[in-house]
Amino acid sequence: MIALFAEAPALPLHTAGPYVAAAYIVFLLIVLIYVALMARKLLTNSRDLRDLRAQLEEREHTGAGPAGPAPVPERIAEPLEPAAHE
Amino acid sequence: MSTHVRHLRGLTIATAVTVTAALILVFFYAPLDAEQGFVQKIFYIHVPLAIVSLVGYCLGGVFGLMYLRTGKRVWDMRSYCAIHMSLIFSVGGIIAGSIWAKASWGHWWVWSEPTLVSYLIVILLFCTYQPLRFSIEDPERQARYAAVFAVVCGAFVPINFIVVRLSAEYVHPRVLNLEGGNLPGPMKLTFYVSLLGIALLFATLMKYEMAAKEMRIETRRLRRTLLGDDAVRPLGRTASPS
Repeated sequence: MIALFAEAPALPLHTAGPYVAAAYIVFLLIVLIYVALMARKLLTNSRDLRDLRAQLEEREHTGAGPAGPAPVPERIAEPLEPAAHE
Repeated sequence: MSTHVRHLRGLTIATAVTVTAALILVFFYAPLDAEQGFVQKIFYIHVPLAIVSLVGYCLGGVFGLMYLRTGKRVWDMRSYCAIHMSLIFSVGGIIAGSIWAKASWGHWWVWSEPTLVSYLIVILLFCTYQPLRFSIEDPERQARYAAVFAVVCGAFVPINFIVVRLSAEYVHPRVLNLEGGNLPGPMKLTFYVSLLGIALLFATLMKYEMAAKEMRIETRRLRRTLLGDDAVRPLGRTASPS
């Protein structure tokens, strides 16, 4: 194994270039994909949160009491689906 | 404002500046290695990714220990996010390392190399963290078992690292040690800036993930306030802290 490493030559630029490019592109792709997924999740969550806060404020202004089970929105009344693996 | 969201903008800017500076230093400042030539540039991404991911696993263990001591769910969330981010960084590190090995040794993977195999073992070990969480439905038990797992496996990481360092038979280069290593000045500067950039990236992405999880928890809490407990569907099985 040591002999293997000792014999490994310095590759010329035209050969080494694609390897270096591949390593950095993989890193950038991983980061970009993660950031894109996270940004989508954050946007959805912040939009939901804004809507809910607006609803809560509206309820406080109108002086309505705590929610009863009657007006359940359709999206929440959906059947339970297996939770996503996050 | 949440503690995780605080300073997030500043941290993001610092990360972007440091990573950009690191890339500039790698390609325009650091000299070519006499033995390996241009391929050595992979070192500036592969080694920081490996180091930061291993530190992240240990951090996950420390956060798990804090959860066991205090019982506060925020430590469970930190532990989860640290291990999650470390896994992502590990995948990046191992792919970059494989590409370097192919260019330098002519092989994508060398099974007789202790550094590579031990790193793979650590990754595979932490790959079981999420399935472990997913298999436990009760959030309290899930958090407690996951914290124990994180502590034990987090302690395994430095032990594993030390054992591999003490091993005599290896082909993996050793460029860093307690005396500062054998890197020349410009290479050392470039390496440390890269390491700082990757560490900042880890911290930033971890904080973003925690912010997203906090927001999700807050959304569920508000939904309960608005619609009542019965109207909010239960989370069911999830690996994520809830």
